[in-house]
Amino acid sequence: MSTGHDRDERLERLLLTQELTDVLYDEAELLDEGRWEEWLDLLADDLSYVMPLRLNVAVGEHGAREQTRGGEEVCWFDEGKHTLTQRVGQLRTGVHWAEEPLSRVSHLVTNVRLRRIELPEVELSCRFVVHRNRVADETDFFVGRRHDTWRQTDGTGGTDGAGGWKLARRELLLDQNVLLAKNLTLLF
Amino acid sequence: MDLTDLLDADNGVISREIFVSEAVYQAELEHLFPRAWLLVGHESQIPEPGDFFSSRMGTESVLLTRDSDGAVHVLLNSCRHRGMKVCRYDEGNTLNFLCPYHGWTYSTDGTLVSVAGELFGVPHFRAGYGGKLDRSAWGLVPCPRVCNYHGLIFASWDPDAPPFEEYLGDFHWWLDNLCSNASGEIGQVRVARGVQKWRIRANWKFVSENFLGDNYHGPPSHESVDAVGIGPGGTSAATRHGAAPGRPRSIASTSFTRLGHGATGSVRYFLGYPAFEEPELTAYFERCEAARATRFEAEGRPIGAMGPATLFPSMSFHAGPFPRALMVAHPVSPWETEVWRWYLVDADAPPEVADWLRRYYLRYSGPGGLVEQDDMENWDYATEASRGPIARRYPYNYQLGLGMTQPSSLRGAVESDYFMTEENARNFYRRWGEFVRGDSWSALMAGA
Repeated sequence: MSTGHDRDERLERLLLTQELTDVLYDEAELLDEGRWEEWLDLLADDLSYVMPLRLNVAVGEHGAREQTRGGEEVCWFDEGKHTLTQRVGQLRTGVHWAEEPLSRVSHLVTNVRLRRIELPEVELSCRFVVHRNRVADETDFFVGRRHDTWRQTDGTGGTDGAGGWKLARRELLLDQNVLLAKNLTLLF
Repeated sequence: MDLTDLLDADNGVISREIFVSEAVYQAELEHLFPRAWLLVGHESQIPEPGDFFSSRMGTESVLLTRDSDGAVHVLLNSCRHRGMKVCRYDEGNTLNFLCPYHGWTYSTDGTLVSVAGELFGVPHFRAGYGGKLDRSAWGLVPCPRVCNYHGLIFASWDPDAPPFEEYLGDFHWWLDNLCSNASGEIGQVRVARGVQKWRIRANWKFVSENFLGDNYHGPPSHESVDAVGIGPGGTSAATRHGAAPGRPRSIASTSFTRLGHGATGSVRYFLGYPAFEEPELTAYFERCEAARATRFEAEGRPIGAMGPATLFPSMSFHAGPFPRALMVAHPVSPWETEVWRWYLVDADAPPEVADWLRRYYLRYSGPGGLVEQDDMENWDYATEASRGPIARRYPYNYQLGLGMTQPSSLRGAVESDYFMTEENARNFYRRWGEFVRGDSWSALMAGA
């Protein structure tokens, strides 16, 4: 039997989980509807956005070598808000042929779990399935894990519905060794 | 294979069949990839005894290994008993490769075997083989020709292939720059850990052709990235590669008419190092450029030869440092290619410079690169739209700059009059045809 205090704590955690899950769903909708400038508003200015490579290594070496390290090794992405803003600018040119005509994209987000709560920052993990269908029959599935850090701000410059939460760190662990898609024009 | 009706390089008319036909693809696998010198990796990927890197040559899986004595080997990654891959790790450290199927074990440990990759362990050797299996005859197949070129490891399966330096010719100036740091010190580069590998639905030759001097594709293909700019130095095609402001741009491309290698630019042009937003980077590259100029004058090296460039048949690169990267286009089928990208950084660069360069490479190149993404769209849909029986009747046009060349100071090379040309592609495909139709090495190297 839990005490009233435990119950309050669990309720707080549940509410926070739901609040951030809603943020993730809102974010997915911005991406899938092509509202990329609004998505950029969700990003903290000091955002670190990393998608490492995944390597086949021997058992026991996974912790040290299975994924490349942002900040020093080759990744699929290792960048911040500035480069992501350039990506959005490129998508808007109308001559970014890899996304002209635009692909159809759906971000599915699930398995949301809070990992560390040290307000104003919350670390969470979730799974993503990103489906891309392009031109006629070109189809890609990107499946993997996200490790996010979201930061609560006063909400200025934010997007309606995000409640002032800004993405400060995102690590994307894509479950592929050889990338089976021809490119990564998507925002993850 | 008879290519007479498919390839008229002299007149710039080339059949789509060579990009989509299964018969042509099979001829490439038989006559081109097993004979040409191919890039396998870089020695900085295997610095210690026992280090290995799983690589690929054409369609074959190979292991780049360093044995217990420090020597580098290239071994076919296929057990001699039933063909199982003896290694499915991308990298690691071991002197013994155990086949998971029946347990044959191969070694690169000089205390156990006399030849790297020799068969060492055979389960039930006494009881099952009566102790009579000749282990020395059943080792991992060694690639007979391996060349360490200033750290880059090249290999050829053909024992009769000419030495790598002859195959390379005067194109070595481009490769020398790839292997040099920003100060021009040769051999002073290392691979940033992690090789990007990805699949594209395009014939592999689109990749080579794109980098060997196709300036023509730049403005339409890359207009979007030039609109946003990826630096250093702003938003223009010139600054995409990091040109110094006001520096004259290349007015020529260089083509090795017999050897098939080709490059944008010439040995005479060097774009220089740009001004950065970060003053410490500008200071670093200013120092490097001055050191490079002094060194090159003393050593008699030409100032240019930066690329982009392609070493025949399938290794393409930017000689750097904006970017300094290489890629190999591995054939998978006539319509599918696996591209591998390595990124090179100055071995002695301060951490902040190495980090800036790595980030720049990643936003430039590879499947996430703002520049390269658009290339892959073009290669893929060009391949698809060339496969139909109607489409195949109509050849591609390679007549840009036909007859518009002048001699180069380099042996076996010409320079184009205008910076947009398909001279490089014409010579590449002529060379390709010589290999694919099965010319002997004496014919291949005559006049080269």
